[in-house]
Amino acid sequence: MEEIYLDNSATTKVYPEAAEKAFQMMTRYYGNPSSLHSKGLEAEHQLTAARKIIASSMNALPEEIYFTSGGTEGNNTAVFGAVNALKKRGNRIVTTAIEHSSVMEAMQKLEKDGFEVIYLSPDINGKIRIDDVRSAVTKDTILVSIMAVNNELGSIQPIEKVHRIIENAKSPALFHVDAVQAFMKMPLVPKKYGIDLMTVSGHKIHAPKGVGALYIRKGVRILPLHSGGLQEKGIRPGTEPVPAACAMGVAVDMLSADHERHDIILSLNSYCREKLSEISEVVFNSDNDALPYIINISIPGFRSETLLHYLAEKNIFVSSGSACAKGHKSHVLASVGLDGDRIDSALRISFSEDITKENIDYLILCLKNAVSSLARSK
Amino acid sequence: MKEVIIIKLGEIVLKGLNRKTFEDRLIKNIKHRLHKIGPCKVKNSQSIITVAPVFDDIDIDEVADCISHIFGIAAFSRACVAEKDIENIKITSAEYLKDHFDRITSFKVEAKRSDKKFPFTSPEIAREVGGYLADTFPEVTVDVHDPDAVVTVEIRDDAAYIHSEVLKGAGGIPVGTGGKAAILISGGIDSPVAAYMMAKRGIELTAVHFASPPYTSERAEEKVVGLLERVAKYSGRMTMYTVPFTKLQEEIRDKCHEEYFTIIMRRFMMMLSERIAKQNECQALITGESLGQVASQTIGAIACTDIACDMPVFRPLIGMDKEEIITISRKIDTFDISIQPYEDCCTVFTPKHPRTRPVLKNVLAEEQKIDYEPLFSEALQNLKVTEIN
Repeated sequence: MEEIYLDNSATTKVYPEAAEKAFQMMTRYYGNPSSLHSKGLEAEHQLTAARKIIASSMNALPEEIYFTSGGTEGNNTAVFGAVNALKKRGNRIVTTAIEHSSVMEAMQKLEKDGFEVIYLSPDINGKIRIDDVRSAVTKDTILVSIMAVNNELGSIQPIEKVHRIIENAKSPALFHVDAVQAFMKMPLVPKKYGIDLMTVSGHKIHAPKGVGALYIRKGVRILPLHSGGLQEKGIRPGTEPVPAACAMGVAVDMLSADHERHDIILSLNSYCREKLSEISEVVFNSDNDALPYIINISIPGFRSETLLHYLAEKNIFVSSGSACAKGHKSHVLASVGLDGDRIDSALRISFSEDITKENIDYLILCLKNAVSSLARSK
Repeated sequence: MKEVIIIKLGEIVLKGLNRKTFEDRLIKNIKHRLHKIGPCKVKNSQSIITVAPVFDDIDIDEVADCISHIFGIAAFSRACVAEKDIENIKITSAEYLKDHFDRITSFKVEAKRSDKKFPFTSPEIAREVGGYLADTFPEVTVDVHDPDAVVTVEIRDDAAYIHSEVLKGAGGIPVGTGGKAAILISGGIDSPVAAYMMAKRGIELTAVHFASPPYTSERAEEKVVGLLERVAKYSGRMTMYTVPFTKLQEEIRDKCHEEYFTIIMRRFMMMLSERIAKQNECQALITGESLGQVASQTIGAIACTDIACDMPVFRPLIGMDKEEIITISRKIDTFDISIQPYEDCCTVFTPKHPRTRPVLKNVLAEEQKIDYEPLFSEALQNLKVTEIN
């Protein structure tokens, strides 16, 4: 039976070209980029090439790209790194109530350490109100951290106006954007939006797990989390994840060259929404203007986990809430004000370009069968 | 230096004429359990079981850990083997006990001479070895009344054995001497503890687990396998039967009154388990029920489920508090697995207001609405078998 993988916001299938690159880096260009000999140099050249590709995908400079192990490390490095660098200039941090746990948990730790953290609540569609940002940012604010796209709902946050707010408040704050779900899925130029720090991850865009990148605007200084060597200018010491980083370069290159992808996803999204509307029990949690890669729905009365396993038996893979939060209630859906019944029955469908309309038809058929045959929760 | 393990038997010594049966079973269990670590000689002579690794590269720590989980063993010691020559015994003792003597302040030596040809008497051996140890470890003093450690030197026919620390065994009686029973295991905290407790009383286990995909996940079943692997460290290997239970649960939901859902489900579990138990020569069922813990574990509810099968049902946790159960589950290392948050089949359809004082007559009337025999046969034909080692 064909696999219909609709959990691309959790992780993606690695492009064969990217996997081949990783293999090549492990078996042929296996040197340590820090080594002085020619094996080291050739590995360094490969890594530099990948760095350039990733930089140019966001219209940044290669020296602004720092390889990390992924989204969680990128977010932690940015949040703690910025706060540690600026803590003499203020005590206030502004973020949202719907961040990924790697930002959320970091903030809660900072709160315990005595920082004042403002968690902005989203509206019913999962969007932060820009006026709330405006009133939250003061001149002793040292960090503003807002995700570009929410991982559960796909809601796009108004990050383009934040920079101006920070300036107007005469605040020293650095602006961090968790762009893990947005990277390569929407236009994202940090320079244009005045973003100082931006986190992206490899495995959400068909590169292997274990690699990501942190954009740090030239001139911005943050303090590293780890002590070690001088790799990545000491911001992320430790031998670079060369095979995965080079594979990420290949994936980004392929995605940048694919100009049809966005339209394919848009039409899949509207087709899927239309078909889902045929099932009267379905309620949409994602708004129409959310990132088209993600549709979050609820079928009240049916537990997410039950539906998920039911679909998995049919070789269709979706997610209940977000994959990182196995067994926990979604703090995102709760903060947009959904009731318990809707949270308990939420499903996230997330696309990649190889999904077909036939796949969607099959998904809908299976959901219809599920609704008519499965036991309703009480 | 060659190290062996000397085992002191537990309750077995009270067994009178059956003692041989129990000892033989214990030796068989020990041999079987040590099999995966490496070949060991297990010898029973003069009422002491000695386990000796055949090769030098067998990890004696691993052997000792394995022995500490085998029921029927009250206590055991690690011992060093020396040639039967008094000078050699002294030197070997000092060398072997070096680490242990770092941690104590006083000791005494006891000697047992079963090989009467050995030219020193027991008191003489004790004096010789004690004197030598006192000279070698001046910080550790001899104390014949209340020593931190008692060093024992045994002169047997084949060699001399030196040991001092007595380690606690798992207690209980050898698995297999108490017959065979089937444990109904859910994935929660209680049932693995119940399984452990009955294995301690000599029962060989078979496990029955109920799965209800898609309401329960594959991970819930993996969790049960993980729990049983921990239990098997004590009980030895067992077979786990996973019963596909979805259709029966859906049938109860469709046909029976909501408040009877849990009680009928549990009756079906007992009936199915009994059949699986009989096919596997089990003589009883085991559950992790604890009186009053949940609605289906009231005296009235248990009366209704107990009567669903003819076999005796062992409920070793019936009088225990949750805290007491958790203490044991931590000791046998199942707690961390038990608290992983996966749905098990008992919670999926749980009614909001279950009957806490069900009347058997009414339960039976509700149950009659289901033609369960064909569904039972179907479930039993589709059992999934997993070997737990």
